[in-house]
Amino acid sequence: MPTVTLIEAVTMAMDHEMSVDEDVVVLGEDVGRNGGVFRATDGLQEKHGEDRVIDTPLAEAMIAGLSVGMAAQGMKPIAELQFMGFMFPAFNQIVTGAARLRNRTRGRLSVPLVVRMPYGGGIHAPEHHSESTEALFAHIPGLKVVTPSSPARAYGLLLAAIRDPDPVIFLEPKRIYRMVKQEIEDDGEAYPLETCFIDREGDDVTLVSWGATMHETLLAADELADEGISCEVIDIATIAPLDMPTIFDSVEKTGRVVIVQEAAKTGGVGSEIAAEISEHRLMSLIAPIGRVAGYDAIMPLAKMERHYMPQVVRITDEVKKVMDYS
Amino acid sequence: MRYIERITGLYPREKMAKKPARKAGTRKPATARQKAGRKRGRKSGSAALYAASAKELTAFYRSMLMIRRFEEKAGQMYGMGLIGGFCHLYIGQEAVVVGVQDALQPGDQVLTSYRDHGHMLAAGIDPKAVMAELTGRSGGISRGKGGSMHMFSLDHGFYGGHGIVAAQVPIGTGLAFANKYNDSDAVAVTYFGDGAANQGQIFESFNMAKLWSLPVLYVIENNQYAMGTSIDRASGVTELCRRGDSFNIPGRLVDGMNVLEVRAATEEALAHCRTGKGPMILEMKTYRYRGHSMSDPAKYRSRAEVQEMRAEHDPIDQVKRRLLADKIFDEAGLKAIDKEIKDQVTASAEFAQESPEPEAAALYTDILAPEAAPETERG
Repeated sequence: MPTVTLIEAVTMAMDHEMSVDEDVVVLGEDVGRNGGVFRATDGLQEKHGEDRVIDTPLAEAMIAGLSVGMAAQGMKPIAELQFMGFMFPAFNQIVTGAARLRNRTRGRLSVPLVVRMPYGGGIHAPEHHSESTEALFAHIPGLKVVTPSSPARAYGLLLAAIRDPDPVIFLEPKRIYRMVKQEIEDDGEAYPLETCFIDREGDDVTLVSWGATMHETLLAADELADEGISCEVIDIATIAPLDMPTIFDSVEKTGRVVIVQEAAKTGGVGSEIAAEISEHRLMSLIAPIGRVAGYDAIMPLAKMERHYMPQVVRITDEVKKVMDYS
Repeated sequence: MRYIERITGLYPREKMAKKPARKAGTRKPATARQKAGRKRGRKSGSAALYAASAKELTAFYRSMLMIRRFEEKAGQMYGMGLIGGFCHLYIGQEAVVVGVQDALQPGDQVLTSYRDHGHMLAAGIDPKAVMAELTGRSGGISRGKGGSMHMFSLDHGFYGGHGIVAAQVPIGTGLAFANKYNDSDAVAVTYFGDGAANQGQIFESFNMAKLWSLPVLYVIENNQYAMGTSIDRASGVTELCRRGDSFNIPGRLVDGMNVLEVRAATEEALAHCRTGKGPMILEMKTYRYRGHSMSDPAKYRSRAEVQEMRAEHDPIDQVKRRLLADKIFDEAGLKAIDKEIKDQVTASAEFAQESPEPEAAALYTDILAPEAAPETERG
């Protein structure tokens, strides 16, 4: 069983699916000969050929638009955008094309498209190379939004995304691309997109996060355990559509919630989760919902990044605040 | 090898050596051959060379050398972990910004993409302020909030490095719109690369610039590679100076390794834009010696190709040879210039490490306009 990093798991999933399904192609800037800006497509062109691992011109709107057309003809394109910040030229095609073609054709066309993009901070880059704008996608009906927090989830969820009949925005937390390794069997087994993952069971407080901040969230849970606070930790993994029932069950058990996100606070995915909980489980809560998020500021440059990103101490502080409430 | 031939075909070897050295200090009127070259437009090699005085030639040399030494230092500092994130070096392309900048008038605007250090230095911005921006310090030109890709200095007419490929082009076109609207004779010089040339918003910009006869000069820095994809692997038509054909925007191919050709072509193009004739395109054929950014697997070109460009077409060496041939400087004189520039770069590197980091409170500055001062009671 190979031991791989998160980015290698991404490569492995694409390689696997290309090997078993001829409809799957990979396209993007420098994905072929150069192996991708972060090397996620390394070796794929050598193995699967230039017709299936396609170096495109530098034109994100076109990459997205082209992929929508390919998918509408039954292909399964995996488009790579080099950074999440480069999705803005492509956003029009993703929103007005990919997300709506099924509805516009009353179900006659589907768009089995995956748009992969590295996202989030931690590599000392400026705004559009570091930001987390997953809420923009989550707001669009017709899109699925998925982000893995471990190599195994990257492999299983990407396979599911490629096989999914709808457009999936697959967000790769680049800060943890090479942080940990896991043993993964390259058996082509997909993970479900419909469910959250419970990483740790606990009784006192539910911690909800996704992507790279799962790392800090789990570290915070460890520290809190030492202080006698038992945390249940949930990785939502699929941001849209969101599996709220799993979160509701946990809230019924703990009565307290802290949501951790790297994205700016206002209008974020955490806001939506908090709203859902207050709408449907208000009476289960014994403390206000806590949120630890990036600030409502533009993602800063390297020297100030640590001020912006949710650190473990901010999570433990917020949990203690919620615990002290009742 | 075919590709290499095509590149080098544009730069006739020995061109500098064969030309009789022009008397320093005079600007000769263009010859009939040069004028014909201008009319023929797209053929490089036949293009006019700017008749630089000794003083101008020396200034070109200094500016280009400053950019080169600055970038070498930036590369070193990046390697030492002093510069975070991304860093795109301009080494090899120096003749383009130096030639263009010298032809500008006060009030003209310049903007470009993320490979912007050279543009800023050419615009006369203090190397200390540029280097401190690279290290993210409060002494940087954007107070440590812009970094390598996002520097501005409106005092120098520099409207930014822009991090999204081609996104600066509609903005530059908008600057030109404002110039026209305000009856200013300023020209907005809008740089972009061969990679950006394939972005759709370029064509939308071309159309509007032509439609409204906007004073915008599009300078395409064709360094032959969009990150790792060579131009012939990304563009159906590789003569980027022809990209304006269907908009009836004149375009011209320029040897971007020759500062005198860049300077001459820019002067003509600016005159075109400034006199109400609308936009123009200059394709500067150039070459970047270093990787796209600091992490570049360099699998897309051979070491020999880079070596050949460095050895035979280097923009600084070309001017250096001319300075020596015209006896403007001897080797010792050039060494003294080199030392002076190195000292300046060293001082900028020291400043960039000593300048304090921005305060955490700076996170919240300049997000929205500051709140208006409370109204005072009248009377």
